[in-house]
Amino acid sequence: MKVDLRINGTIHSADIEPRKTLLDALRENFLLNGTHAGCEHGVCGACTVLVDGEPVRSCLMFAVQADGYDITTIEGLAPAPGELSVIQDAFCETHGLQCGYCTPGMILSAHALLQHTVTPTREDIVEAISGNICRCTGYGQIIEAVEFAAARLRIANTPRPQHGAPHHAQADQPIAEPK
Amino acid sequence: MSADSATFRFVSTNRRVREDRRFVAGYGHFIADVALEGMLHVAILPSQHPAARIVSIDASAALAMPGVHYVLTGDELAAATDPLMNGLDTPLVQRHPLAVGQTRYAGEWVVAVVADSRALAEDATERVRVSYEPLPFVMNAEEALKPDSPPVHPAHGSNVLLDRTFVWGEVEKHFAESPRQLSFRVTWGRNSTVPIETFGVVASWDPWREMLDVWASIQMPKYPDQIARGLRIPANGVRVHQDVDVGGSYGVKRGIKQTVLVAHLARRLGRPVRLIEDRLENMRGGDAHGPERIFDVEVAFNDDGIVKSMKMKALDNAGAYAGRAPFQLGKPIGAIVGPYKIESVQYRAQSVTTNKAVQEAVRGFGQAPTNYAIETAIDKVAAAVGLERIEVRRRNFIRKDEFPYLIPSGSTYDSGDYHTVVDKVFAHIDFAAMEKERDRLRASGLLAGIGIAACLEPSGANSSFEPLLNEKNTTTTWMESCRINIDGLGFVTVTIHNTSSGQGHETLVTTVIGEVLQIDPDLIRVVRPDSLACLPSNSPVGSRMAIMLGGAAFHAAQKLKAKLMRIAAHQFGLGEDKVAYAASSVRDPSSGKQLGWAELINIAHRNYHLLPEGMEPGLESTHVMQVPTGGTLPKDGRVQMYPCHSFEFHVVLMAIDPALGKPEIKRYVIGHDCGTVINPHIVKGMTLGGVAHGLGAALLEEFVYDDEGHLITQSFMDYLLPSAHEVPEVEIVHHCTPSPHTVFGQKGSGESGYLGAPPRYQPRSTTASRRWAFPSTSFRSVFPPSAMRSRTRNRANRKSKPNDHRLPRPSGAAKSAGRDPQPDCELSLDPPDR
Amino acid sequence: MKPAPFDYVRPDTLAEACALLAGDEDARVIAGGQTLVPMLAMRLARPLRLIDILRLPELAGIREEAGAVVVGATTRQAHAERDPVIRASVPMLARVLPWVGHPPTRNRGTVGGSIANADPSAEIPLAAVTLGAEIMLATTDGPTSMPADDFFIGPMLTTIGQGECVSAIRFPVWPHQRIGVGFFEISARRSDFAFVAAAAQVALDDEGRCLDVALGVGGVGDRPLRLDVSCLLGTKLDAASVSEAVNTASLDMDAMSDLHASAAYRRRVASVLCIRALEQARGNASAKSWKGAR
Repeated sequence: MKVDLRINGTIHSADIEPRKTLLDALRENFLLNGTHAGCEHGVCGACTVLVDGEPVRSCLMFAVQADGYDITTIEGLAPAPGELSVIQDAFCETHGLQCGYCTPGMILSAHALLQHTVTPTREDIVEAISGNICRCTGYGQIIEAVEFAAARLRIANTPRPQHGAPHHAQADQPIAEPK
Repeated sequence: MSADSATFRFVSTNRRVREDRRFVAGYGHFIADVALEGMLHVAILPSQHPAARIVSIDASAALAMPGVHYVLTGDELAAATDPLMNGLDTPLVQRHPLAVGQTRYAGEWVVAVVADSRALAEDATERVRVSYEPLPFVMNAEEALKPDSPPVHPAHGSNVLLDRTFVWGEVEKHFAESPRQLSFRVTWGRNSTVPIETFGVVASWDPWREMLDVWASIQMPKYPDQIARGLRIPANGVRVHQDVDVGGSYGVKRGIKQTVLVAHLARRLGRPVRLIEDRLENMRGGDAHGPERIFDVEVAFNDDGIVKSMKMKALDNAGAYAGRAPFQLGKPIGAIVGPYKIESVQYRAQSVTTNKAVQEAVRGFGQAPTNYAIETAIDKVAAAVGLERIEVRRRNFIRKDEFPYLIPSGSTYDSGDYHTVVDKVFAHIDFAAMEKERDRLRASGLLAGIGIAACLEPSGANSSFEPLLNEKNTTTTWMESCRINIDGLGFVTVTIHNTSSGQGHETLVTTVIGEVLQIDPDLIRVVRPDSLACLPSNSPVGSRMAIMLGGAAFHAAQKLKAKLMRIAAHQFGLGEDKVAYAASSVRDPSSGKQLGWAELINIAHRNYHLLPEGMEPGLESTHVMQVPTGGTLPKDGRVQMYPCHSFEFHVVLMAIDPALGKPEIKRYVIGHDCGTVINPHIVKGMTLGGVAHGLGAALLEEFVYDDEGHLITQSFMDYLLPSAHEVPEVEIVHHCTPSPHTVFGQKGSGESGYLGAPPRYQPRSTTASRRWAFPSTSFRSVFPPSAMRSRTRNRANRKSKPNDHRLPRPSGAAKSAGRDPQPDCELSLDPPDR
Repeated sequence: MKPAPFDYVRPDTLAEACALLAGDEDARVIAGGQTLVPMLAMRLARPLRLIDILRLPELAGIREEAGAVVVGATTRQAHAERDPVIRASVPMLARVLPWVGHPPTRNRGTVGGSIANADPSAEIPLAAVTLGAEIMLATTDGPTSMPADDFFIGPMLTTIGQGECVSAIRFPVWPHQRIGVGFFEISARRSDFAFVAAAAQVALDDEGRCLDVALGVGGVGDRPLRLDVSCLLGTKLDAASVSEAVNTASLDMDAMSDLHASAAYRRRVASVLCIRALEQARGNASAKSWKGAR
């Protein structure tokens, strides 16, 4: 089936069979290897991407279901080649990773949290990353990274969407779900 | 040749771990990112039986499907390849990547299908018809020991892979002399490190160069050698590409059966072939389970709680094949008394085959289960003599001034200061306040207690347990290498010769070399040549890399520094001992003359006429390092094992709602001494990650087989990994007792946290109503394990037509494999009078 | 773990969806996919065609009716979690939603999907059964509905027939002013399927006497169960009454015994959690004032 997906702000088109997950399509059809397969049954969170700004397990979506959304992968976070976003840099600062396999999904979950929540508590952070399993770090330095990023974002001169509201879909998209 | 910690510029500072940068952007290079032109994909058809004879395999329907290229059977593969290596001398226990003639565990790989895509390969596995004749099977280790149990390998004669008793010291005399004795049993359940990335491998055969190219998510010493042996090709015909990032391993990614399988297919089909295990293949048949052990322990002690002697019998359920796993009974011999001055030990190591999946090397290589048994002994001694558990430990600890300390089994512990670490932890905690909190929790109706564990993390991987357990193995060399090149423009490039799975090796070597050469580590480039261009390496195992790679890098850098000094001295007309190296320049202190980096490089690379006689041009050095204290074969059952011994001391406050049985960790503190810390971020990460692994092993994770021999916990729905909700905040208290054996005094820390955490969760029930033996996954008996949902089965059966060989077998509602919790058991974490 | 091949259809109307389902016994509905897709990946389910209903306008939306709130089947769990109408009028649903799966699964998973999945320990079916909700169904013969009690007939089993699809869930709204909810569940990890879950809702008069009470358990038997604690009406929900009512109501409770937990454990823990849930509900209701509450 022909599918048009908006990924990191750009429309990509491909002919994809229905049973192919969004995860596999991102990697194989669009060569975006930053999203990783860990379990393919929706538990580990390594495949996390943002769909309309909210974390979603891309192994539990088929590519043919993913049209009409704003999909963000890890490759979409860096402001420019060789540069890191505040959250990505925070993970480097606190060493919030080791092998790097769960990291893209983890960072996207953190990114989504910090879009709505300016001063997350430790519990907020834990809940936000509870769907991302890490086997290396024991989560301590990950939580530190998110706290560090939150602090930096608070003092940064960068506007964020309104507190408490989820990230809104792009204005020129068809409404994909009831609001 | 050690450096003085007071003057470190880079070592022990909080430098960023440079590898992190590419990972946070999603630009790691993992095995699933390796895609070669024309590459084909493999899916596996496993056996559903715990033991069965393979009667016939009919692949015709599968081969007729579009996009399917090949169906490989065990017979064909076994004819073309050699069996995989065993660690012990058990030649009749033969292991092949695909089952030959019979299958020996449910989930064992039987047929490999090759197709244009993974999805098509999976479709085709469903059309392969295998007929089996079920055979008797045995799942339980104690059953497997019995002479009448069905042998998993009939040619081997029995299920016993190893049964060896060591007696170090006058054990019987000490037992006879001691006024008190006690005995107990503890079990360690089968779990593993289960990385989020499964194992994967790509192989490609070039018939013109007669070269096999391999990329893999691998953590294995001598991987190229074993591939070459398996495929019966020259070792210099195997080129392993080591620039693959490994998504976690913690020991288990040994991948040799997967690699031989895929390499054979690549050679046979003339196209690159890739196998990425899916999660089911990985859990059931990836051969990456961990130790499963029953310990029977006796200790002899006196009324002061001093433990004089210990007898330990460790029975391990190795699974259906031998591999390296039985060695996990041998490594703990190097720290068999833990941090205690036990004078004599009798150790009986038994490893048996059963019809379970195969074990692989799990973080700690058997040390964690052994620590669990030792710590349980100490706690029981304390209860028996009526002393505080920490007091008994203090009395039995080796004292700081007693190092180096020779333990009965022949290893010398390098250094330690256990009493100080404990003191520091207690000072940090305010132990009295913690006890008050415990009492408050008890008063509110909860069970509550404070658990402690003190244990060693042997590091350095002088793996002399190999010749100890297998006399035919005379290996005493465990080496690591580093090569440094300073190029014609003065830039430094380092080669390391292994894959990494998150340990920060690039940061490690650049920090060490930067320290020696006094240049910014971030300017140093690290590359990983392929295995043909590599120097010898033994891979990151046994917490060895800080010691070994750090050591090799240090020595290689020292050689370069010496060369630079010689070049400068020659210019100044002085002896080498008259010049000083500082800030990447060499100076004559008496005259003040100085040659800077650029000038030295220029001379080395371009001014041959200015070099000392006989000196090689350029600036390149190599160091191949043997493990400290290594190089001796065992004698009389004794041998020196790992050179360095880190120490950890865990304290946890835990509460359990007696009505529900669910444990909650209120506070977790760990004291950690791994000598000089090369990069604090890395060590902290290892410690916290290890604690999380330990928590999972103790409270959540288990590979459970039902009475019919099927693995019930085969996906992440049932094999429960700790999430951020389950892992508490861990407070780390540091101490540094440097090792005399290493260049900076560093010890290893790759297994830290994991080795002490599980013992912490075991409850000490002092009441007679404790009804069952707690596995190391202690509370899980009280707190029922979650397992594959029979509900999912019901839904599937309602709507689908299951004739799928890949289906996990239904577990059935009533099969509980003997793990039913007894809800009315009483538990206490501390004896009530504390 | 790739699914077996299937066709994918996205009908434009609910009627079309039902017709497609009615005409093909190998067709299945997909909405959020959070429970279906893992089964497809493990090939435990092998439909030949997926009918995607997620974007059907007829299944969307949350609306208030007299005495009820009707939640469209494709309402995302995360959306329901934040919805002010649900929070105000169906507090039990609001209370259990944060316990459903993980944040990412709630971003895609739907309320209707959880109902249709009918996991015995799932929180949304438990709330539906406890409150006596009605499951509304679209069929080729027009809409129909069924009490939640009758809709769930076994583990992962409902009365949904071929050609039918859950269209909405009608949750009754209590008219009282002092309403409180209690909920407890126990699982291996925070977001796992519950071994046992208990949900309670009580309404009190101005003197703290019970005007209405609803209690349900999940995870114990093969479907969520409403327990009859009507003997608590008129009482002040004191500890002794609550305890006795729960013990009586749970006497003949069917309990599963499997690898998760024994039947004995489930029954024992169910009683404990039911009592705690009622006590928590009473506490929450008491905190509300009599006049102008909610």
